[in-house]
Amino acid sequence: MTTPTTPAVHAAGIGKVFPSASGEVTTLTGVDLEVAAGEFVSLIGTSGCGKSTLLRLIADLDTATSGDLTVFGKTARRARLDQDYGIAFQQAGLLPWRTVAANIALPLELHRWSRPTREARVTELADLVGLSDFVARYPDQLSGGMQQRVAIARSLAASPQLLLMDEPFGALDEMTRERLQTELARIASETGAAVVFVTHSIPEAVFLSDRVVVMSPRPGRITDVIDTTPGRARDEALRESPEYFARVTAVREALHGTPLQRANER
Amino acid sequence: MTDQAVAPGSVTGVVPDTNGRMPRRRAARSSGAVARVGWGIAGVMALLALWEAYKLLGPADGVTVGGDGSAGSGVILLPRTHDRAMPHVWDMVARLFQPTSGAETSPLLVSVLEAAGTTLGLAAAGWVIGVVVGGILGIAMQRWRLVEWGLLPWIVVSQIVPLIAFAPVVNALGSQIDRAGVFPWPQWFSVALIASYLAFFPVAVGTLRGLESPDALHRDLFHTQSAGWWQTLVHLRLPAAVPHLLPALRLAAASAVVGAVVAEVSIGLRGGIGRMLIQLAGQASSDPAAPWAPTFGTVAIGLVAAAGVALIGVTLHRFRRGEETR
Repeated sequence: MTTPTTPAVHAAGIGKVFPSASGEVTTLTGVDLEVAAGEFVSLIGTSGCGKSTLLRLIADLDTATSGDLTVFGKTARRARLDQDYGIAFQQAGLLPWRTVAANIALPLELHRWSRPTREARVTELADLVGLSDFVARYPDQLSGGMQQRVAIARSLAASPQLLLMDEPFGALDEMTRERLQTELARIASETGAAVVFVTHSIPEAVFLSDRVVVMSPRPGRITDVIDTTPGRARDEALRESPEYFARVTAVREALHGTPLQRANER
Repeated sequence: MTDQAVAPGSVTGVVPDTNGRMPRRRAARSSGAVARVGWGIAGVMALLALWEAYKLLGPADGVTVGGDGSAGSGVILLPRTHDRAMPHVWDMVARLFQPTSGAETSPLLVSVLEAAGTTLGLAAAGWVIGVVVGGILGIAMQRWRLVEWGLLPWIVVSQIVPLIAFAPVVNALGSQIDRAGVFPWPQWFSVALIASYLAFFPVAVGTLRGLESPDALHRDLFHTQSAGWWQTLVHLRLPAAVPHLLPALRLAAASAVVGAVVAEVSIGLRGGIGRMLIQLAGQASSDPAAPWAPTFGTVAIGLVAAAGVALIGVTLHRFRRGEETR
């Protein structure tokens, strides 16, 4: 059993090397990262900086070449077997032959929950993501945003204390994207789950996160960590606030590696 | 079918109606069904018209070149059109309602239907055996790469062996087993087995392809859920295989019918349509319309078999939803 002080993710000196035709490719090197329980951390960086690889290591979809990685104090493999995390990808990845309800229930079915507990949990989750009226629909009858909500509900099915999200809103239009960000902020605070969130959108990272981890490619490593905990609720007003803009600028500068010249300082 | 055919999944913001159905699509589909039946009938009519038109216009004795005048010599450029070679369509139909052979026997149609029923049963038995064997082979090949490498070439080669050479071997083997008392092996079982020999091939290949069709995302998802091989098979691979499997089952049904007819002929099993075809074709010079009756019977068996598989497709409709959107 985990205590409140056990970090959700603890990574020390993580390296990942992929073999390739032209020798070895170092995707990650010397990555140290700690995600506290209930903390929302975004990984941001250009394509090929290894942010998705790092997420896959935490999810035990790949294994690190070097370093020490634990999830709630256990190995990543043990955490996966214990259903300690839920995961959502850029594509919703729903099973087209299952209804919304059956898609949400998939993790519970695979772990042999009884039908009544499964149904009660699905009702709860559909309500949480605002899809109660759509549980009998099939994925092809839903918009992209709704499909992604189903995927989020599915990742939350077993009440994990860690959510791993790999650009879950990357394929959505800007309007839907902002609406789902607000919902995810609410869901994360309601469930109290820690979140590791991969994105390449600076505003998205700043809006959602307590900390933004800035990564850089060749080889993939962490170059900066910026505290973005808002002193207020994450709502639409936050998007308009000066402190939000200041943090967006801070993350942008960290990504580019140099202070940017601003239009009003020229 | 113009704008209705656009994938509904691509529309953002589905209008929530109460029963989750799409009335416009449904209307389009039913009018499409009428059109399909219409085209089907038109196709058959065109074939009959072509037959009669050639019979009317073509030379009665056909055109052959290089022959020495005796029957069957030379190369036929145009087939003969006289009534013994090409009976009228209406004569073929009328023949169905005349006695099979001699005044006392039942109408030819009844005999054909009985024989067709027998052959359909044999083909169905062959189809079931073929589907079970093909399915098991497909699953085994997906499970163990080594099995795929070792087995798939042989499965392909197996289809090159001519059935007509292979059928008597099965029959001889079966009757030996039957005589030796190992277990009872009726002759019809040889026919079903030979039919299954053709039927298992598309099922094995289709199952393998279908089971390997889920994309990396879904495999990752099941891996993160710590789903084992069996759970992944039942909840992901088999459902995803359905769209690949249905055409394979349809091919298998057609192959099973062909296999059953050919096996009947080559083994000499009585009661089926294959035997009837040979018998009536032998009397064609005196009764030219008769062999067409079992020919139509064979077509009917094929249609019933295809319809049976289509029925399976309807019951598995929800596993084919992906086909409509992507």
